[in-house]
Amino acid sequence: MSGNGIGYGEQGGEVAPELAQEAAPTTAPSVPAAFGLFSSDTKKNEDLKQMLESSKDSAKLDAMKRIVGMIAKGKNASELFPAVVKNVASKNIEIKKLVYVYLMRYAEEQQDLALLSISTFQRALKDPNQLIRASALRVLSSIRVPIIVPIMMLAIKEASSDLSPYVRKNAAHAIQKLYSLDPEQKEMLIEVIEKLLRDRSTLVAGSVVMAFEEVCPDRIDLIHKNYRKLCNLLVDVEEWGQVVIIHMLTRYARTQFVSPWKTDEDVGDEYNENNFYESDEEQKEKDRKVKKTYTMDPDHRLLLRNTKPLLQSRNAAVVMAVAQLYWHLAPKSEAGIISKSLVRLLRSNREVQYIVLQNIATMSIQRKGMFEPYLKSFYVRSTDPTMIKTLKLEIMTNLANEANISTLLREFQTYVKSQDKQFAAATIQAIGRCATNISEVTDTCLNGLVCLLSNRDEIVVAESVVVIKKLLQTQPAHHGEIIKHMAKLLDNITVPVARASILWLIGEYCERVPKIAPDVLRKTAKSFTNEDDLVKLQILNLGAKLYLTNSKQTKLLTQYVLNLGKYDQSYDIRDRTRFIRQLIVPNEKSGALSKYAKKIFLAQKPAPLLESPFKDRDHFQLGTLSHTLNSRATGYLELSDWPEVAPDPAVRNVEVAESAKEWTAILSKTKKEKPTEKFYSESEEEEEDSASTSATESESGSESEKERKEESSSNESSESSSSTGVSSDSESEESTEKKTSGAAEESDSEDIKKKAKEISKSRSTFSSSDTESSSSEESSSNSKSESDSNNDSDTEKSRNATSSKVTTQVFVPTKMHEMLHRMTGKGLSAHYQFSRQPCIFGDRMVSVQVTLTNTSDQKIENIHIGEKKLPPGMRMHEFNPIECLEPERSVTVSMGIDFCDSTQTASFQLCTKDDHFNVNIQPPVGELLLPVTMSEKDFKKEQGMLTGMNETSATIDVAPQNSTSRVITERLMKAANLGVVPSGQDKIHRFAAKTVHSGSLMLVTVELKESSTAQLIINTEKTVIGSVLLRELKPVLSQG
Amino acid sequence: MIHSLFLINASGDIFLEKHWKSVVSRSVCDYFFEAQERASEAENVPPVISTPHHYLLSVYRHKIFFVAVIQTEVPPLFVIEFLHRVVDTFQDYFGVCSEVMIKDNVVVVYEVLEEMLDNGFPLATESNILKELIKPPTILRTVVNTITGSTNVGDQLPTGQLSVVPWRRTGVKYTNNEAYFDVIEEIDAIIDKSGSTITAEIQGVIDACVKLTGMPDLTLSFMNPRLLDDVSFHPCVRFKRWESERILSFIPPDGNFRLLSYHVSAQNLVAIPVYVKHNINFRDSSSLGRFEITVGPKQTMGKTVEGVMVTSQMPKGVLNMSLTPSQGTHIFDPVTKLLTWDVGKINPQKLPSLKGSMNLQAGTSKPDENPTINLQFKIQQLAISGLKVNRLDMYGEKYKPFKGIKYMTKAGKFQVRT
Repeated sequence: MSGNGIGYGEQGGEVAPELAQEAAPTTAPSVPAAFGLFSSDTKKNEDLKQMLESSKDSAKLDAMKRIVGMIAKGKNASELFPAVVKNVASKNIEIKKLVYVYLMRYAEEQQDLALLSISTFQRALKDPNQLIRASALRVLSSIRVPIIVPIMMLAIKEASSDLSPYVRKNAAHAIQKLYSLDPEQKEMLIEVIEKLLRDRSTLVAGSVVMAFEEVCPDRIDLIHKNYRKLCNLLVDVEEWGQVVIIHMLTRYARTQFVSPWKTDEDVGDEYNENNFYESDEEQKEKDRKVKKTYTMDPDHRLLLRNTKPLLQSRNAAVVMAVAQLYWHLAPKSEAGIISKSLVRLLRSNREVQYIVLQNIATMSIQRKGMFEPYLKSFYVRSTDPTMIKTLKLEIMTNLANEANISTLLREFQTYVKSQDKQFAAATIQAIGRCATNISEVTDTCLNGLVCLLSNRDEIVVAESVVVIKKLLQTQPAHHGEIIKHMAKLLDNITVPVARASILWLIGEYCERVPKIAPDVLRKTAKSFTNEDDLVKLQILNLGAKLYLTNSKQTKLLTQYVLNLGKYDQSYDIRDRTRFIRQLIVPNEKSGALSKYAKKIFLAQKPAPLLESPFKDRDHFQLGTLSHTLNSRATGYLELSDWPEVAPDPAVRNVEVAESAKEWTAILSKTKKEKPTEKFYSESEEEEEDSASTSATESESGSESEKERKEESSSNESSESSSSTGVSSDSESEESTEKKTSGAAEESDSEDIKKKAKEISKSRSTFSSSDTESSSSEESSSNSKSESDSNNDSDTEKSRNATSSKVTTQVFVPTKMHEMLHRMTGKGLSAHYQFSRQPCIFGDRMVSVQVTLTNTSDQKIENIHIGEKKLPPGMRMHEFNPIECLEPERSVTVSMGIDFCDSTQTASFQLCTKDDHFNVNIQPPVGELLLPVTMSEKDFKKEQGMLTGMNETSATIDVAPQNSTSRVITERLMKAANLGVVPSGQDKIHRFAAKTVHSGSLMLVTVELKESSTAQLIINTEKTVIGSVLLRELKPVLSQG
Repeated sequence: MIHSLFLINASGDIFLEKHWKSVVSRSVCDYFFEAQERASEAENVPPVISTPHHYLLSVYRHKIFFVAVIQTEVPPLFVIEFLHRVVDTFQDYFGVCSEVMIKDNVVVVYEVLEEMLDNGFPLATESNILKELIKPPTILRTVVNTITGSTNVGDQLPTGQLSVVPWRRTGVKYTNNEAYFDVIEEIDAIIDKSGSTITAEIQGVIDACVKLTGMPDLTLSFMNPRLLDDVSFHPCVRFKRWESERILSFIPPDGNFRLLSYHVSAQNLVAIPVYVKHNINFRDSSSLGRFEITVGPKQTMGKTVEGVMVTSQMPKGVLNMSLTPSQGTHIFDPVTKLLTWDVGKINPQKLPSLKGSMNLQAGTSKPDENPTINLQFKIQQLAISGLKVNRLDMYGEKYKPFKGIKYMTKAGKFQVRT
């Protein structure tokens, strides 16, 4: 091999000079230096190629490192492509990674060669390790080669239903990449986005919303169903995802809810209500709460409440995102909470300060009150960069009012003296604005500015002149003295703007300074030719005005000036001269206008409005690039106005059954992955979710529920009038709701609950994929879901015949186990039950639903899990603390416990704000299992492998009424979480399951014998559990 | 989102470029150079620049411009915050973030950048995860690598990215289990000519260095949590617990991290620990000016003020200064006109002072404003707001960790106007 390498090197060595000879005649001989460089470059690359060919990883690595160095410096390394791409399948991770870096950079340029690498990634996409799958997808989608679009599409689709949330996250990223590569895939991609939006993992949420924003930001309808989920997940999404989601939700909320601001303006204006509320329901509600003028949609409130904690984020972008959300969505009275956090950001780096100050500037124009308490935080330090200084100044000016103006002016005085003259000039303008806005201080400001006229710095003086001019215009009454003073200054000031301002002032008020004005004209006429254009125009103006008021003294002078202007180089000035001459100098040609010359020139002019330059920025959404630039950036999405009438809020209600089904389908579909390493992985699925949704439900649901209750009161007579909607719900539903899955809590509308009830009822009557008899009894909806799962398992079977599948549970036990009695719990009672769902916190955990009820008459705060005393190996995923539980309310939360396939007790402390109680959860052995479907053939095959000491059996008596297959199935399933295996023999019933922790198979056979006995056989590797299970199942069939 | 990143040094060379989508030509930086030229100082280069097809968002740190190229609307803070995170990561990896360091470790830099963004959207920004993926270069490791041929790229896969606590590595092991917390408070103040306080506020942080085995769950409580007015947390802190009980409960990241930053509510009067007596005079007629400052302790709660450093930007008219300090060393840079006086410790019996004269440029008029004095100081074992940690408890692990808490007060932006 090494000989080979040398051979190649020699060859390379020969090639280079050859090339040189060939190329020599074509290149101009005058540039030998460049040529030399070229040849040395090839040589260098030759040796890199050689290293890449070498058999040693270290040489390859060295070469790759040098190549990456070249890429980093922006040097072209594309000609090494063939040599590099060969190493894509290298065993060495670092080489592999560097090859990936190279591929992503150059694949676009070398499309054909890049195809060589594709198969490697395709293989890796099937890898059992989720991280390898994810990185393969990442690189594959980063290779911008149009030919592989179909492959990418396929990979994305597959990855979007991967079991690992991390892979799904990468799929969401890949969507954007594919979209930018081939926008024609949009429709298909939207489907994937829709699917991923339903994902409950916090890992995925941010990325998929990003994809949504990029691909189809106008498809707001996709968000409806996911709105509440996104709100609830938000706190746990990684910070970058939070920013994206918050911005998207801001846009969404502006289209879906009515404005909370109107009431601010119409407080007490009850006659107006009819205009705002049109629907009948709202009208009814109004009758009930006459005083209340506006009720916020509970979903609107949900968003505001769930974003508020994020103001505490360490990430400035998140804080800003929440701030803009509150600014654009919250009632004006609540928006104030953002100011503190924004002011905190001012401690951050210069760039962050810059953006935040810009946004504060816009806000402070509209709502001064928000930032007034923080006025001192905007005081300027001499070390601030100029742009920060000017922004701070801007904000201080916006915040100025009668109360704080004196302090502010004192502060401004310091700034005027600043060595940073640009800043000093800006301060003078700020003083001018304060003076016009607050009439009480106008005189003080004016005096101060006049003092500045004697400043040594020209820029300061010039700026003062300009500002004084504006100020005088607002109140021209009594300022002859100042004008005289300024006329004197004209001799010394050279800044054109200032000179022009003085001239304008003198012209405008020439009647007040009748002696000085003509003299000024005389002086300026002398220097006319040397003046700036701006000044020339004002000289002409002055001349015209004097001509009209004091033509005796100035007629000649004006004509002289006009003559000069006539031959000026600037056409502006020539134009103006011509215009003025026609207007003021009477001659036969002059039209009707000249009669009005005096009116035209000496009209009362409106005072200029001194406005903040941030005034016009408020039509951009805060916190956006467009706002910063004050111009529409590419891809800026306009924030729509509030709708007059809110669109139907029911669109956000989530169909429980559907989502649950979907989810379990996904789970069962992708379950083939066997966790090889001990990853945290799937535990990522949101824990807080169920807890927080149910909590919010109890609060936010109350209002809407009340309405709906009225409608449905006829059917639900049992609901007592004394208790509130929610608690009565939970009571009446207690038995049924327990059976619904954790996801079922998502709903907060009554009708959906009813639906869920139906479904859970049908679930509770046992049904399985093969018992035909049951389906006739089932409602149509159930048979549909059943057939779904049937199809599912069918396709699975055909694809992967021997592997066993975890199926959805077919029976959920209703039995509640007591965890904490209300007497010992001082009013707090807790029950738990096993939902028999695959646990969302980790696939080795058993999911346990805990129902907490407050039976006391005081609210119980902060319910959480305290110290845990778990046997070794056992793990527990706690439910999120419940902030507050109102009296007579109950909350169901789910937690996951990894019992390590043992029936040991999990002991822990259930804590409230003031107390803690020791509680236990002990699982019946039947709950440590997950049902598995398999064919009879597979069952027998597996059973054959689990004989000998893996088999335990017993003969049992079977009560006569228990001998039908239906009853047997029902009873066994009640006792343990088993899956039914279709059986060809009447007398033999087979059930299969696997243990939750280790996934070992658990095969149960019931063989009916003569004289009402039966043989019960259990085959499993886990003999201990097997025998415990046997013991538990024995009495099940014998009892009557 | 983020298309490309260019690193530009003080002399205007692009010394590193990285693209996450299609390649953007480096000529786009010309717009940046233009803006840089317009702004006299690096500090004044606008962080957001609009060009016909792209937007350039930049941060300036360690004398390097990090310029991100954006093509479509994006919250600017998103990009800026990310760029700062990049710089922090480099600093974390290499100790210092300088051009030389980056050039020396270009491969690691590239690998890190590759992991931080996917298609321009942040992927892994937690330094704990990154360090698991790509090991930071140390001298020892470099030596070992060259001998054994092993690599910097971790052969483990980043499990942290998948867990519920993405900021913490799994399988952490230490022989000495220790947790240190530094409560550092900074006083931002503006003191006016006469010595009265115009504005003063206290900003504090709690920086932690936690080296604990396994998955410890810590709680930290304060004696007087009411002092904390506005707080921002590391994502590991359970917000609800704080809301309800004012207790910090968290599973800490491994190593150094900032647990909390806070603001002390404005109602509390801020004790100003030092005062400056100054007498700076420019005379109109002569080309000589007088300069005299004395620094002394004020409300220090009996602690020594150390690490005192005085800096002042003199007006352009000052040519040179001849000064004598009673202690410490001083430098005047005639080019930048920056006066620096490294005072050291303040001895209350013998107050440090700096006296002398200034040479002014002949013919120029006297400056309008006296220079502002910026002050730096440190006071050990004191949190000026009076904040005190009550206790630190650990759950979830069996061993007894060594716990330590340190307090310190520093000057933040502390200015004295003269």
